[in-house]
Amino acid sequence: MIWIALRMLTGDRQKFYGLVFGVAFSTLLITQQLTIFANLLERGASGVYNVPDADVWVMDPATRTIEVAYPLPSTALDRVRSVPGILWAVPHLRATASVRTGAGNLEAVAIVGVDDSTLVGLPPRVAPGKVAALTSPGSVIIDDVGAGRMFGVGNPVIGQRFELNDQRAVIRGVTDSFPNFTNQVTLYTRYSEALSYVPGTRNRLTFILVKGDGAMTDQELAHRIAKISGLRARSSEQFADDAIEYILENTGIPMNFGITVGLGFIIGVAIVGLTFSLFIRDSIKQFGALKAMGVSNKAIRRMVTAQASMIGLIGYSLGLVGTALFVWGFSNSATFKGFYIPWQVPLISFSAVALILAATSRIALNRLMTTEPAAVFR
Amino acid sequence: MTPVTRQSAAISARGVTRAFRSGSQVVDVLHGVDLDIRAGELTYLIGESGSGKTTLVSILCGILWPTAGDVRVFGTDIYTLSDRELTDFRLRNIGFIFQQYNLLSSIDAASNAAVPLIAQGMRVVEARDQALAMLEKLNIADQAEKLPSQLSGGQQQRVAIARALVHAPKLIVCDEPTAALDATSGRRVMNLLREVAIQRDRACIIVTHDNRVFDLADRIVELEDGRIIDQGRQLSETD
Ligand SMILES: Nc1ncnc2c1ncn2[C@@H]1O[C@H](COP(=O)(O)OP(=O)(O)OP(=O)(O)O)[C@@H](O)[C@H]1O
Ligand SMILES: [Mg+2]
Repeated sequence: MIWIALRMLTGDRQKFYGLVFGVAFSTLLITQQLTIFANLLERGASGVYNVPDADVWVMDPATRTIEVAYPLPSTALDRVRSVPGILWAVPHLRATASVRTGAGNLEAVAIVGVDDSTLVGLPPRVAPGKVAALTSPGSVIIDDVGAGRMFGVGNPVIGQRFELNDQRAVIRGVTDSFPNFTNQVTLYTRYSEALSYVPGTRNRLTFILVKGDGAMTDQELAHRIAKISGLRARSSEQFADDAIEYILENTGIPMNFGITVGLGFIIGVAIVGLTFSLFIRDSIKQFGALKAMGVSNKAIRRMVTAQASMIGLIGYSLGLVGTALFVWGFSNSATFKGFYIPWQVPLISFSAVALILAATSRIALNRLMTTEPAAVFR
Repeated sequence: MTPVTRQSAAISARGVTRAFRSGSQVVDVLHGVDLDIRAGELTYLIGESGSGKTTLVSILCGILWPTAGDVRVFGTDIYTLSDRELTDFRLRNIGFIFQQYNLLSSIDAASNAAVPLIAQGMRVVEARDQALAMLEKLNIADQAEKLPSQLSGGQQQRVAIARALVHAPKLIVCDEPTAALDATSGRRVMNLLREVAIQRDRACIIVTHDNRVFDLADRIVELEDGRIIDQGRQLSETD
């Protein structure tokens, strides 16, 4: 009977395509939006991901995220270095400055000051300039997405000169790194250099990056550092989560995406629900005849379930392929750099599709279960 | 003629009543019908519109529960069965020919004729083979791979008849098979049914009020206002 059920379904071309389209569209909308959402959230933590060497981030007790950071007194570094269980601890500076571009525009950029001697704090992949070049005065390394923004995608970047807070700077290299949440241009320089680019108060140290000796987990080490130094210390993982949480709590982004995902769900319910009940309504005579002939309610239930599953599987696969194509198609664009589909996302959209179809076939079945077999003679 | 007794009957109904609720009113459509139908004969159920023919035949074939009374089909008291058992009983023992044929529109003629076998759990390929043999008997094997929409009304009816016969049911029921047909086609269908459906161990009930074909019945049962007024008239007496 399953075979018959599937033939009944595919025999009605228009409705079949409508149903598959509805599910595919819903899946695409939900999967794609959740993917963008998840990736955007992760960008909030890109500053942490770009420094995979650091196990623990130490900061002022008032600091919440990389973007919302307050300076530390320089004595903090020694306090942290004296904590047992530490392999190394280096200073890390985060600030904003303004750049005057060739066109004469002022643009706010993020300055990252990395450790002078070890260059810890620089994203691991820097190309094509030489990292060593950073040691010469006035040198900066720019992030790849920012380079595209500032000089135009594909234009030469190395050797470009500009004014950074009214001081001259020259670009010596380009990173291959995770873009940040605000799409701001990020410039990496040595810590000592950064101090001169970012005039201000005595205290300009924003973070201390720590590597543990491996004797305990990052979280345990963070806990110990916080306890001994009186500063706030977070493992990399915690600090990345903090950034994501900050976005969730303080921006309208979750709301916006939530609305779109909800719309995808509602559109799915609407298209699929309506079309499926039309399909059932049009086949009710045929189902009624089957019931009269002795096809049990159980078998009818199986038939409808098979129909719903077929619609679901085809539509869902198409929607997923669509999302994959979208991610793949835009993988070269700066806006979507590094985008991937987190494994949870297909699961969520699968559940949504399953829910849509379960509700829809439920309603359809109610109708079929209560159809009197005697109705076929009328 | 030999009267049909409950012992010799293939289908036997006793004291069958059926009431329908319409609004606040309860309308009795059948008033204690006693009826015996023999196997191996073509039995017509006739009567004026609204006399309860469809209601009665629905009860006889197990798709409509009587308000009171019992129905035996080849010895099985069908309304003592559970819902599930009754459904299965229909699947194995009853062949239906519906007035609008009610073929499944998206499977071909052979598959349509094979539906009762497929529903019984037979594999589609095998079921189609058997259905094809039945279509052969009905002279439309050459249409086996066409969809119902590609067949003429008469061809569709033959497919519907093949479907009613394919699983060798013990009882065949048929509501107004000739209502939509002209006299010649109507007679042709009735003759065809006589040819392929009548068997010694099978009962065949046809509801009709088409007096053009009355002469083709072995026995005619007449219903008036929910009562049997004539049970077992023969052709000579009807005209
Ligand atoms: N489901 C139902 N609900 C309410 N009344 C019904 C129902 N089915 C039949 N009736 C009534 O029962 C009576 C007999 O109906 P039935 O269909 O058995 O007549 P019939 O002899 O087959 O008539 P026809 O020749 O027009 O088909 C009619 O008055 C009809 O209105
Ligand atoms: Mg009728």
